[in-house]
Amino acid sequence: MGAQLRVYKRRIRSVTATKKITKAMEMIAASRVVKAQRKVAASTPYATELTRAVTAVGTGSNTKHPLTTQAETVTRSAVLLLTSDRGLAGAFNSNAIKQAEQLTERLEREGKQVDTYIVGRRGVAHYNFRERKIAEAWTGFTDEPSYADAKKVAAPLIEAIEKNTAEGGVDEIHIVFTEFVSMMTQTALDDRLLPLSLDEVAKEAKPQGEILPLYDFEPSAEDVLDALLPRYVESRVYNALLQSAASKHAATRRAMKSATDNAGELIETLSRLANAARQAEITQEISEIVGGASALADATAGSDR
Amino acid sequence: MAAELHVALVAADREVWSGEATLVVARTTSGDIGVMPGHQPLLGVLESGPVTIRTSDGGTVVAAVHGGFISFADNKLSLLAEIAELSDEIDVQRAERELERAKAEGDATAERRADVRLRAAAAS
Repeated sequence: MGAQLRVYKRRIRSVTATKKITKAMEMIAASRVVKAQRKVAASTPYATELTRAVTAVGTGSNTKHPLTTQAETVTRSAVLLLTSDRGLAGAFNSNAIKQAEQLTERLEREGKQVDTYIVGRRGVAHYNFRERKIAEAWTGFTDEPSYADAKKVAAPLIEAIEKNTAEGGVDEIHIVFTEFVSMMTQTALDDRLLPLSLDEVAKEAKPQGEILPLYDFEPSAEDVLDALLPRYVESRVYNALLQSAASKHAATRRAMKSATDNAGELIETLSRLANAARQAEITQEISEIVGGASALADATAGSDR
Repeated sequence: MAAELHVALVAADREVWSGEATLVVARTTSGDIGVMPGHQPLLGVLESGPVTIRTSDGGTVVAAVHGGFISFADNKLSLLAEIAELSDEIDVQRAERELERAKAEGDATAERRADVRLRAAAAS
């Protein structure tokens, strides 16, 4: 076997092995997307009911609460960025990071100081590499976030917004995550988590302009709101984490699918080249034999004369 | 009896139970509250404790609920909890072990949680 042919054969073997791996990863990601989607769906009843309740208190009472009132001058805002722990997900993480950077830039242009909170190793690595300050970071649960994880993430944010800005607290919280629109579409977006604009929440909960009943609050509207809002934030963070996880798996699936396709194409091209090399080798051998034979014939014919 | 209310018991990550009921008793921060069909719209903060649901077919469902809210309007009652378990889902032995451990470590929240679980399991 010629050297050229051997090189092609070796490359085909290695690409075939890679293709097997990416194919397996694609399949794993596909099954995980379904699982993650199911989790998003399972968490929806709680989120809807909670939104309903928040709307009810917000519109049904004149309570002023730090979590619903807009500070007159916002000096510091927190940005919570949700990325994944692992890569191999196409542009998933870079899109989320880009979105967060745009948001940070916009906020800084408005004269606000920005504290960055990050979930996921990829985001942490990105910020550490650029030696930017991270207020707090969490890693290790982005593939399958649980409600306890969401609580862990939400706790310092709620604490920060309840603190005075002069003592290191923040006036508003933004969240950047990847929304799971469909299997094919996931978009990175930013959203203001707090202070809550109740009109928007109300619009989300009741698009048809249904009138809310006059609730009786137990023990009081303030206490209910006090207890309700942190839960609302947690549930929003939980929902964002779940959507992010589903999006990540979908992105991985897509990335691995194109990797598998590319590997298939590469194998095809390489086998074509290998075939051509083999043909060339055979042709050369034949012409060598023919050439050798005729040279021999010529030589014997010459000696006869 | 015709009057019944629709109950949805929802935990953060799943819907635990839903169906028709005639009476729901839950513990709010200001005491136990019983809700029957036609109750005035209500929104309250729940303590961790057992919730008793009397279903319209005469059965009783008991659940251990750890913190959350009760909201009632239009004959629809929702119980929102971060953690909620039906009494028959509760692993009594595990809860007992938890209770022992929590008592030994002086962990008040864990102790209360285990205690609520055990009481809910015993009530059904």
